[in-house]
Amino acid sequence: MDTEQPTTTAVSIDPGPAKVLGPGHDYGTVTDKIGGVVFMPFTKTPRQMFIGFACGFVLVNIFLVAVTWLFIRGVGVWGIRIPIAWGFAIVNFVWWIGIGHAGTLISAILLLLKQDWRTSINRFSEAMTLFAVACAGMFPILHLGRPWLAYWLVPYPNTMWLWPQPRSPLIWDVFAVSTYATVSLLFWFTGLIPDLATMRDKARGPVGRKIYGVLAMGWRGSARHWSRYQKAYLLLAGLSTPLVVSVHSVVSFDFAIAILPGWHTTIFPPYFVAGAIYSGFAMVLSLAIPVRRWYHLEDLITMRHIECMAKVMLGTGLIVAYGYGMEAFIAWYSGNQYERFMYMNRAWLGHYWWTFALLITCNILIPQALWSRRVRMNVGAVFVISLVVNVGMWLERFVIVVTSLERDFLSSSWNRYYPTVWDWATYFGTIGVFLSLMFLFIRGLPAISIFEMREVVHQLTHPEEPSPAHGD
Amino acid sequence: MAQIFHRSANSLANITIAAVILGIGGLLWASYRIDQGSFITEVGIARQQPVPFSHKHHVTDDGIDCRYCHTSVEVSPFAGLPPTETCMSCHSQIWTNAEMLEPVRASYRTGQSIEWTRVYDLPDFVYFNHSIHINKGVGCSTCHGRVDLMPLTYKANTLYMQWCVECHRNPAKYVRPREEVFNMTYQAPGNQMELGRRLVAEYKVQSLTDCVTCHR
Repeated sequence: MDTEQPTTTAVSIDPGPAKVLGPGHDYGTVTDKIGGVVFMPFTKTPRQMFIGFACGFVLVNIFLVAVTWLFIRGVGVWGIRIPIAWGFAIVNFVWWIGIGHAGTLISAILLLLKQDWRTSINRFSEAMTLFAVACAGMFPILHLGRPWLAYWLVPYPNTMWLWPQPRSPLIWDVFAVSTYATVSLLFWFTGLIPDLATMRDKARGPVGRKIYGVLAMGWRGSARHWSRYQKAYLLLAGLSTPLVVSVHSVVSFDFAIAILPGWHTTIFPPYFVAGAIYSGFAMVLSLAIPVRRWYHLEDLITMRHIECMAKVMLGTGLIVAYGYGMEAFIAWYSGNQYERFMYMNRAWLGHYWWTFALLITCNILIPQALWSRRVRMNVGAVFVISLVVNVGMWLERFVIVVTSLERDFLSSSWNRYYPTVWDWATYFGTIGVFLSLMFLFIRGLPAISIFEMREVVHQLTHPEEPSPAHGD
Repeated sequence: MAQIFHRSANSLANITIAAVILGIGGLLWASYRIDQGSFITEVGIARQQPVPFSHKHHVTDDGIDCRYCHTSVEVSPFAGLPPTETCMSCHSQIWTNAEMLEPVRASYRTGQSIEWTRVYDLPDFVYFNHSIHINKGVGCSTCHGRVDLMPLTYKANTLYMQWCVECHRNPAKYVRPREEVFNMTYQAPGNQMELGRRLVAEYKVQSLTDCVTCHR
């Protein structure tokens, strides 16, 4: 094993929208290029990485302060007040959970559908899923009021002889989210094993060799290893596939099962799932575009990847738009005065009408630009649209949670919701947690699947062979 | 290239997996056992008292009824602790020089109550009423055990909500005829369920399991 810094022969040029890999790549260059991001000397790390991580880390500290204050004083430090008992905590929970969905979709469904453009973005988006679920999972627990009793959500033999209420969708959430987190972690880690072995073999120091060696769990790359590996990976993909649909459906039940106008809607499960994938792809783009630029990965994450993701965003965005249209239509068609009032209040009469207007602008109007191929081919434009969609999807959850709760059936209980500085600090704090984890991941683990990129190289150089997709 | 790990790493990996699974399982099992054990619940452990009062002696040997001392048990939430005068109704005549009873006499002289240590101490967030249980046919010994056999008083049950709820969900398992409530030697008959169901109907015992029944 040579200990020299590997030299990359392939140049970082984008091969255009037709290819998933830049020209001049072979097995070695792909390996060196992806591994090079991790083994890059500390001083040569792009400056943007340091700035990005510093921003994330500052936000992490703000998060810690906000949570400490919350633990000292209780949930009263937030803007929640009866009847708006959910507020930011649930808005952020749904937003983060939704973002995770793109990772699962890319990893599992696109794998089973044998989409060649998933390969260089799957690892990255799986990590994103994992970190997004971690951020999401914190919010319901922080919102409990007595978070140290969160284990009461789990059915276990206890001295009170009480079990969680199985008819409550909030308990379904516990199972949906914990299953999701477990399967996502397993899937991500299983995918990493062959690459961890590559990292072990490439690592220069004994410490790095040991750490990657332990994580690689003795992977030697024998034919038997690969055969078992592919079976396991395919099984996990099969397990993950229903989760793409089920997790956000269950999250939508939190609302749909309640009888509150604005929540009690049968369209919620599919519309939430579409929204989740919409925001997830937006987040993948928001992260992948800068990282691709900083580390010169244009030949691995090509315009084809970006264009495909933009198309998925456009498609799921249209499903979401249909959902908004249906909500308006049903409010009118039902003839129910509460439904009609809810919708008028949300869109026009209420003091938060402007959030609804912004939501329509961000989620429906602006993304229509993606119909144009010129826009899809413009990395900067796609990046801006992806940020806009992230904001829009957050606003969607805000509008659903807040405007519905502010005006329930009894006008005597109406109230107004204003987030406090601690709401914002907790929210931006989790963004910091997410970014910090993401940057650490990019720095410490191969952010693009090395062995799957080698498969892509093989397919491109041996076009006559049948595709060696997993499990075949 | 030299091997990164020694051969023993293989065994170590397997042992680690087993240790993690067994360790977590063992930890959960141990915490459950500790939670149920008398270290936490104090079941079966006699508390230190200012005077080593023996229920066994007073109930079994002397034949004193529970209500001689716990006077309000049938009519109030609190069963009642006897004032020193109740003790002195006998002990002004017998054992008048016993060293053991000096705190009782001191209390009588000074008017300062004896500070007994509560054995059955429910948390403050639980509302409990003795009289309703007595009047619906729940015997003393059902909750307090064979107090007539305790030289020093100890808890016979955990007072965990689990334990309360077990009876509240199905009172027929424990209800006895009203005239047997103060009978410390009462044994549940073979046809307890049949009798229980009849008594539940007759005494109009409700199976109250709302949170607000006890947590008011």
